[in-house]
Amino acid sequence: MPRPIAAVAREASFYVAVAFFVVLAAFPFYWMLITAFKTNADLYDLDNIPFWFNDPPTLDHIRYLFEKTLYARWLLNSAIIGVCVVAITLFTALPAGYSLARMTGRSGEALGIGIFLTYLVPPTLLFLPLSRVITVLGLQDSMWSLVLVYPTFTIPFCTWLMMGFFKSIPREIEEAAIIDGCSIFGAFVKMVLPISLPAILTVVIFTFTLTMQEFVYALTFVSSTAQKTITLGVTTDLVRGDIYFWGELMAGALIAAVPVAIAYNLFLDRFIAGITGGAVK
Amino acid sequence: MVAIADKLAKRRTFFQFMLDRPSVLGPLFVTPAILYVLALVGIPFLLALYYSVSAFTIYNQSYQFVGLRNYIQIFESDIFRTTLVNTFIFTIGSQIIGLVLGKFGALLLLRPFPGRKLVRALIVLPWAVPVALATVAWEWMFDSLYSVINWTMIALGLMDRSNAPNWLGTPHLAMLCVIIVNAWRFFPFAIVIFLAGITAVPQDVIDAATIDGAGFWRRNYQIIIPIIAPIVVVGLIFGTVFTFTDLSIVYLLTNGGPVNATQVLGNLGFQIGIQSGDVAHGAAVSLVMLPVLFILVVLMLRFIRRREI
Repeated sequence: MPRPIAAVAREASFYVAVAFFVVLAAFPFYWMLITAFKTNADLYDLDNIPFWFNDPPTLDHIRYLFEKTLYARWLLNSAIIGVCVVAITLFTALPAGYSLARMTGRSGEALGIGIFLTYLVPPTLLFLPLSRVITVLGLQDSMWSLVLVYPTFTIPFCTWLMMGFFKSIPREIEEAAIIDGCSIFGAFVKMVLPISLPAILTVVIFTFTLTMQEFVYALTFVSSTAQKTITLGVTTDLVRGDIYFWGELMAGALIAAVPVAIAYNLFLDRFIAGITGGAVK
Repeated sequence: MVAIADKLAKRRTFFQFMLDRPSVLGPLFVTPAILYVLALVGIPFLLALYYSVSAFTIYNQSYQFVGLRNYIQIFESDIFRTTLVNTFIFTIGSQIIGLVLGKFGALLLLRPFPGRKLVRALIVLPWAVPVALATVAWEWMFDSLYSVINWTMIALGLMDRSNAPNWLGTPHLAMLCVIIVNAWRFFPFAIVIFLAGITAVPQDVIDAATIDGAGFWRRNYQIIIPIIAPIVVVGLIFGTVFTFTDLSIVYLLTNGGPVNATQVLGNLGFQIGIQSGDVAHGAAVSLVMLPVLFILVVLMLRFIRRREI
């Protein structure tokens, strides 16, 4: 005989635990959302219940962002940087991944691991010499320095991801094309790349989100407001003097965070497969 | 067949010949990636090594060799020693909390229930969203006057407005805060890694063990954990490397304060090397991370290799 009370208690504790995790993970974002639309009078009144609107919601903070700050410019900068880094990454990581998966044998395996490990070399170790390199190239205080530097972590990661993917394609597909008169290069362009579109899309999304998430290099290399990325602009430029304008800050953070969060969620499983190096078969 | 082969042979130029040789095309394909990484990771890395044994500052750009003087000087500084200890506390503390939360979260998400997809999407948020942006939200939640955490505790009668904590202004609390924010950022990653591992365990192995009389804990510790260990370790190494070397959370929440109570190596290297322009000492501070990174990389290699066997 199942004991209904025990079963109900077990169910209830399960959902309580789930709720705990959801609140833990999502509350700061709820807090961002609600702050972004609250009036200042409402935000800074300790007698109000902070979890809901005591005054009607307002769009003032968002209007302020777009009218009085360079927020739109930062969004544009981040988009331009993202697109350029994606192009550089695809151009280098796709052939590299294919070469390491198919054409270089055992040494390719070692080389692949070597490239992947450079992903683990942290920005805080490289920012000093890289800022010198950037000065020498005349890119100091320019967003183009980030276009140059970001591929140092996107190329290793995406090469690794693509290598894993190319290994999973049956060789017969290229062999058939080569028998039909294609060169190996032709087979790669005409046969392999088209069926790799899902993996390429993953690489595009992740390269883009990685560039959006990066903070250390942006902080180090860029200081003028007009050149900042969205992450850097929101976190360093919306604080005037020592005064925090929480409504604008939260609105700015939220608008930038939403697209990244959605993209990440859609491609999460592939990302994990990439990071664990195909350990999950 | 012969006709086709003939026609092909005629069309072949030297260029096409190149494109048709795995031994040529292979290296050709991989070269741009390697050159890029060598030029912008390899060379800067060597440059960082040299900076740390030179007298280079942005005001006096001399590459004069000074031996280990910079390292000796930083190790003699109290701030640096505090920073080193802080970095380990910060890393280990947040990884442990992240792993524990990750393991429990994964066990919850393993079971199908209505709305699981949505719950997973929400739980993944802290890891998906750019960490700098999320940190600003935490900064607001830890605000000295308008902290929602304090407000809630006061409303619940747990504390009084007069003795409400100043989260980021008190040394030990500030450390707790940066650890919590970092653990919060990483636990979804740990959940996802655990889930990837657990779903990789073949169900028939678990069934066989159950039939042989293995209970929940025995299955957990003697079957599931050994099988998922490589994946979890790879994930843990990622988490450790990125936490150990990070500066964004500390920079934004406390900037190392109050009085260096939350100072970590990444942030100290930034303050000395970039903000004060003392590149040589900054590089020395950053390079102190290297032995730890090296150990982690060796571990990582062992586990990547093991996977392939």
